Amino acid sequence: MSIIPAAVSRFFHRTASSPHFYALADRFIPWLLVIFLVLLGFGLYGGLYQAPADYQQGESYRIIYIHVPAAWMSLFIYVLMAIMGAIALIWHMKLAEVMLISSAPIGAAFTFIALVTGSLWGKPMWGTWWVWDARLTSELILLFLYLGIISLYGAIEDKRSAARAVSILALVGVVNIPIIHYSVQWWNTLHQGPTVGKMGKSSMHPSMLVPLLEMAMAFKFYYGVVVLQTAKLELLKRESTAQWVKNLTETSE
Amino acid sequence: MSLTSAFLAIVRRDLLLAFRRRAEMANPLFFFVLVVTLFPLAVGAQPNLLQTMAPGVIWVSALLAALLSLDGMFRSDFEDGSLEQMLLSRHSLSILVLGKIFAHWLVTGVPLMLIAPLLALFLGLQDTAMSTLWLTLLLGTPMLSLIGAIGVALTVGLRRGGMILSLLVLPLYIPLLIFASNAVERAASGLPVTAQLNILLAMLSLAVVLTPWPTAAALKMSVN
Repeated sequence: MSIIPAAVSRFFHRTASSPHFYALADRFIPWLLVIFLVLLGFGLYGGLYQAPADYQQGESYRIIYIHVPAAWMSLFIYVLMAIMGAIALIWHMKLAEVMLISSAPIGAAFTFIALVTGSLWGKPMWGTWWVWDARLTSELILLFLYLGIISLYGAIEDKRSAARAVSILALVGVVNIPIIHYSVQWWNTLHQGPTVGKMGKSSMHPSMLVPLLEMAMAFKFYYGVVVLQTAKLELLKRESTAQWVKNLTETSE
Repeated sequence: MSLTSAFLAIVRRDLLLAFRRRAEMANPLFFFVLVVTLFPLAVGAQPNLLQTMAPGVIWVSALLAALLSLDGMFRSDFEDGSLEQMLLSRHSLSILVLGKIFAHWLVTGVPLMLIAPLLALFLGLQDTAMSTLWLTLLLGTPMLSLIGAIGVALTVGLRRGGMILSLLVLPLYIPLLIFASNAVERAASGLPVTAQLNILLAMLSLAVVLTPWPTAAALKMSVN
């Protein structure tokens, strides 16, 4: 314990208490929401109006502004969940459990969006809705990992042990993701030639890249808003008998 | 009692339990044969098609058979309380769990290994690929038990854990499936397979070292 400075550990202890977190989330959400909307506005305007059409893919490349940030988020959230899982297992922090389980549906949704937009993009580009491309396949597997977490949490009735189970599963999953990713990539390159439609990332013009990064940041803030809302709800559900929840409901009536 | 003898005692006990219920032991094996039999019926009996599909068919069937057998790994121990005894023992739970996994592999993985060449023969797999198929099964079936154990440990307390178990475990089996069936495929076309076998060996070593931990942690969670 001595390695962690006292101020940091105090901050953790305070944030980890449910009523304090609840109030903190309430204060943060409007700000995150505003930043999200601003970034989204800039990103969409830049991406859909300002950026020039791609010389090869025409207008249909613009789906990248949803597709790529969603795909980034799908991985980002999973890694975040694994970190939460580790915190929950090591320090038995209830809040980490709540954040972990609140993140799962959001991550699954982003994965689903990435898959659907990828498929919509694939139709005009590759002439087919689905190819067994390495990235598509590993994204699909990621969706299964998310669904596994969600259904395991749903199946175990005692929510404390459910959260422990899910933490273990998230950690196992995060060790496996690179292995799955590289094996799928390896499998794919052996079965077919180099895949079509991959964009040369390095040669992306700033007028296209900047909106993409704005969208990526917007998605991060969106995640922040939604995960805090979901966590608030989860906290209320879990601690519905606690005094602070009763105080809260009485004051709001 | 030393750790080694505790490990061996667990293995001996599980083997004894399995041999007292021989009929149950044979079920995954019948399932394996049955699933392989379904493929020619479904896709047609053209020898060429079956020959190209053989590595994949055998490996997918092995995966499903292993999945079917997993459920029993901790179930009876969980129900009769021996799992709690293991938790209370002064030995490391992950080593005891490794003993159970080893016994599970001996009971379910080894029979699969023994019957798979016969099925490969039915599907017309080239003779040159037989030894590779056998090697991939030797390296791969322990991994099925090791990785599967995590899933079982997480779901053992559930009344209807079967469906969830497959959802948890099958995605984790994918790398194994890719490398193993690919190795057999390459061997069938006369290509070298050292790289694939090395990767399988690496994955197996990793699995032996890493999987008992989450399994033990999950068992502790399930018993609570």
